[in-house]
Amino acid sequence: MEYVIEMNNIRKEFPGIVANDNITLQVKQGEIHALLGENGAGKSTLMNVLFGLYQPEKGEIKVRGKKVDVTDPNVANNLGIGMVHQHFMLVQNFTVTENIILGSEPTNKGTIDHRKAAKDVADISDQYGLRVDPKAKIEEISVGMQQRVEILKTLYRGADILIFDEPTAALTPQEIKELIQIMKNLIKEGKSIILITHKLKEIMQVCDRCTVIRRGKGIGTVNVADSTENSLAEMMVGREVSFEVEKGAAKPKDNVLSIKDLHVEDARGVSVVNGLNLDIRAGEIVGVAGVDGNGQTELIEAVTGLRQAKSGTINVSGQDVTSFKPRKVTEAGVGHIPQDRHKHGLVLEFTVGENILLQTYYQQPFTKNGVLNYPKMYEKARKLIEEYDVRTPNEKTLARSLSGGNQQKAIIAREVDRSPDLLIAAQPTRGLDVGAIEFIHKKLIEERDKGRAVMLVSLELDEVLNVSDRIAVIYEGEIVAIVDADKTDEKELGLLMAGGKREEGEPI
Amino acid sequence: MMNNIFKGKLFGLVVPLIAIGFGFLAGAVIMLISGNNPINGYVALVQGVFGDTYYFGETLQRMTPLIFSGLAVAFAFRTGLLNIGVEGQLIVGWFVSVLVGITIEAPMIIHLPLAILAGALAGALWGFVPGVLKARFQVHEVIVTIMMNYIAMHVVNHFIRNYMLESGQRTAFINDTASLSSDYLSTLTNFSRLHWGFLIAIAACVVMWFILWKTKKGFELRSVGYNKHASSYAGMSVNMNIILSMSVSGAFAGAGGAMVGLGTYNYANILPSFTNLGFDGIAVALLGSSTSIGIFLSAFLFGGLKEGANNMQGQAGVAPELVEIIIALIIFFVASSYLIRWIYSRVQSNKEGK
Ligand SMILES: Nc1ncnc2c1ncn2[C@@H]1O[C@H](COP(=O)(O)OP(=O)(O)OP(=O)(O)O)[C@@H](O)[C@H]1O
Ligand SMILES: [Mg+2]
Repeated sequence: MEYVIEMNNIRKEFPGIVANDNITLQVKQGEIHALLGENGAGKSTLMNVLFGLYQPEKGEIKVRGKKVDVTDPNVANNLGIGMVHQHFMLVQNFTVTENIILGSEPTNKGTIDHRKAAKDVADISDQYGLRVDPKAKIEEISVGMQQRVEILKTLYRGADILIFDEPTAALTPQEIKELIQIMKNLIKEGKSIILITHKLKEIMQVCDRCTVIRRGKGIGTVNVADSTENSLAEMMVGREVSFEVEKGAAKPKDNVLSIKDLHVEDARGVSVVNGLNLDIRAGEIVGVAGVDGNGQTELIEAVTGLRQAKSGTINVSGQDVTSFKPRKVTEAGVGHIPQDRHKHGLVLEFTVGENILLQTYYQQPFTKNGVLNYPKMYEKARKLIEEYDVRTPNEKTLARSLSGGNQQKAIIAREVDRSPDLLIAAQPTRGLDVGAIEFIHKKLIEERDKGRAVMLVSLELDEVLNVSDRIAVIYEGEIVAIVDADKTDEKELGLLMAGGKREEGEPI
Repeated sequence: MMNNIFKGKLFGLVVPLIAIGFGFLAGAVIMLISGNNPINGYVALVQGVFGDTYYFGETLQRMTPLIFSGLAVAFAFRTGLLNIGVEGQLIVGWFVSVLVGITIEAPMIIHLPLAILAGALAGALWGFVPGVLKARFQVHEVIVTIMMNYIAMHVVNHFIRNYMLESGQRTAFINDTASLSSDYLSTLTNFSRLHWGFLIAIAACVVMWFILWKTKKGFELRSVGYNKHASSYAGMSVNMNIILSMSVSGAFAGAGGAMVGLGTYNYANILPSFTNLGFDGIAVALLGSSTSIGIFLSAFLFGGLKEGANNMQGQAGVAPELVEIIIALIIFFVASSYLIRWIYSRVQSNKEGK
């Protein structure tokens, strides 16, 4: 059997932690090989070793049967290995073409040969069905498009082994469908792919084999055809995982959040929330479903005080918070798990502990007479790290060095622990493993049962359907329908999200 | 082992040390080329700092304002701001403290603190303006602070020239009650100009460390410096913190100016050009990686280099400008720490490859 990649007995340590402990990964020519594991299991680390970003302490790497030393990403490039990182590495104000050729520009007598570059890029994007607008600037195109640029970048450098690190975490459902098609095309063209994802459905859909790692150790490799979502999950977590969200009926009480005729403009001054009305009661979870870009972000920003509303009122627990600054909104009883954890959720250069205290550092007993009490802060942080199973060497580790999923858990610990009257959760489970998702969903339901109001904004219909009690469909900045979660399905929601109307006679 | 040094926390210490080593090495090469014996040169340099208590006292005197300007640059930098206006803030601090020192009659216990405070406040005002412009109108602080430097110098010169000129180019001496000069420290160091300001500078290092790492405000300032978006999400006011940071930074610089005015000279004079004390603060903060201890040590290094340069010329015949070249090279190497890291990883992987 011919392996294109063999990573044998790889060990990689970080201060205070063994990220990869004797892991073996063998990838066959022409397959899509899934790499599955909990948050912090060491998947990204293993791939960074393969790509030459980290040097392993032990173990060997063979590419196409030949032992190699991948000392830096250039070596990986020359071996035909390309990587699409979870956080893109593109130059924002360069065009698509410029980004693709960056670092290996075709030259003609010492100057960049733009004509050849444009032709090469067009050829590759035709060959693999990766349509992009070559002249658009990166900052003008969607996340899905940016990802295509990243893929093209690796193909342009002649990669035939591609590593995708959680490519679907930041994509909309439609974009995910397109990406899956792209991966199938790549395989047809003779490429091999290593895919990291937490979504078992995707593994079942496109992968041939799957290697599972748990807490830095290799658990084994299985054929996807012989597995089920449940068996994979069990292998990964080491116990049974329930995908069904268990919850009793909601017992909603008075309104906590009440939004009336809200109008909000985005950064460019375009009106994106247009007369939105929404009530959320204590003791219920309301899911906000919609296609990305229909005003969800601006709605959240207006409620949390990050953006000033043009008109309309926002009421939280009887207080008019429409013109409140973020601190006052927080103190009025609002918690917010932000959509973009690196931009809003964390100060990456702060420690995990400092990040966990980011909303409460100024309160007693953490601050007294303007002076911080670090022992108290870290004591609190330790408690939450334990309770929310944030996998980190300790509370003084920099947030930057946590795995993506554990960064998210730290944010969730911070926001849920305060048990706010209104909890706004925007994509709370993005990038989390199934075990952690189960845990977060439980926490949201717990909050509901404590009599809090929860607003769940998610692009994943599964999640919205499973966790919410009621679902508000947002379309072009308005709530166009509110349905009970147990009286609707994916199909109907899809229709409503596309601007369709509910059939006559059905109650709204 | 080495591997760990380069990856761990110690890297922060290794880069400045390597940079300093390279700086001196390059200085030796330059001395060789220009026909001097580098060993004699450096012996003279060291003797010019430690060889006589007078030299040593003068070194401490020289490093006093450098500590303040280094702290000023570092404080703003921690909030993500580049305060290039330390020079101007220091000049107004110098002038205003001397003004208070001359015009007010009061017992020392009131007069001296008042004069220092006045200097700090003047510097704070000079930092406040670019802070407000940045917070309110998004005008880049680098441009504004550079312009504020010129305004400071010319405004101060104007006042001295037209209202306060005493003899030649300077004002009258300040009253003794506002002076930091110390007979005790001076006699201790063979009649150097060392004054109480040196102790105040040490205290200022502690103050900056305390504000940044132990107080609520410091937490906010650092948070804003690292990530504005997350800070405003967490309810901090980014604009208020920018204004505050620039003001405190200016206050450090202004206090540094007061040390010069009340301690070293006891007067203010018409400045034909910038003092460079403020600009050197950028180098001090960079080499000291914006930490209190680092700033103290690098202020000592730079102060010592400048003091020792005199003896180097007298004893070994090396032009004192060499010291400026060494300082520039040290800064160059610190700034290219990325380069050092890269060279190191090259060497390392070559070794493993063999
Ligand atoms: N640069 C680093 N410095 C220190 N520790 C690190 C560093 N990178 C990763 N780690 C630690 O190594 C472990 C594995 O991290 P890794 O990013 O590989 O996880 P992952 O499997 O990709 O998880 P996720 O699904 O959450 O992205 C984590 O405990 C993490 O805290
Ligand atoms: Mg990862």
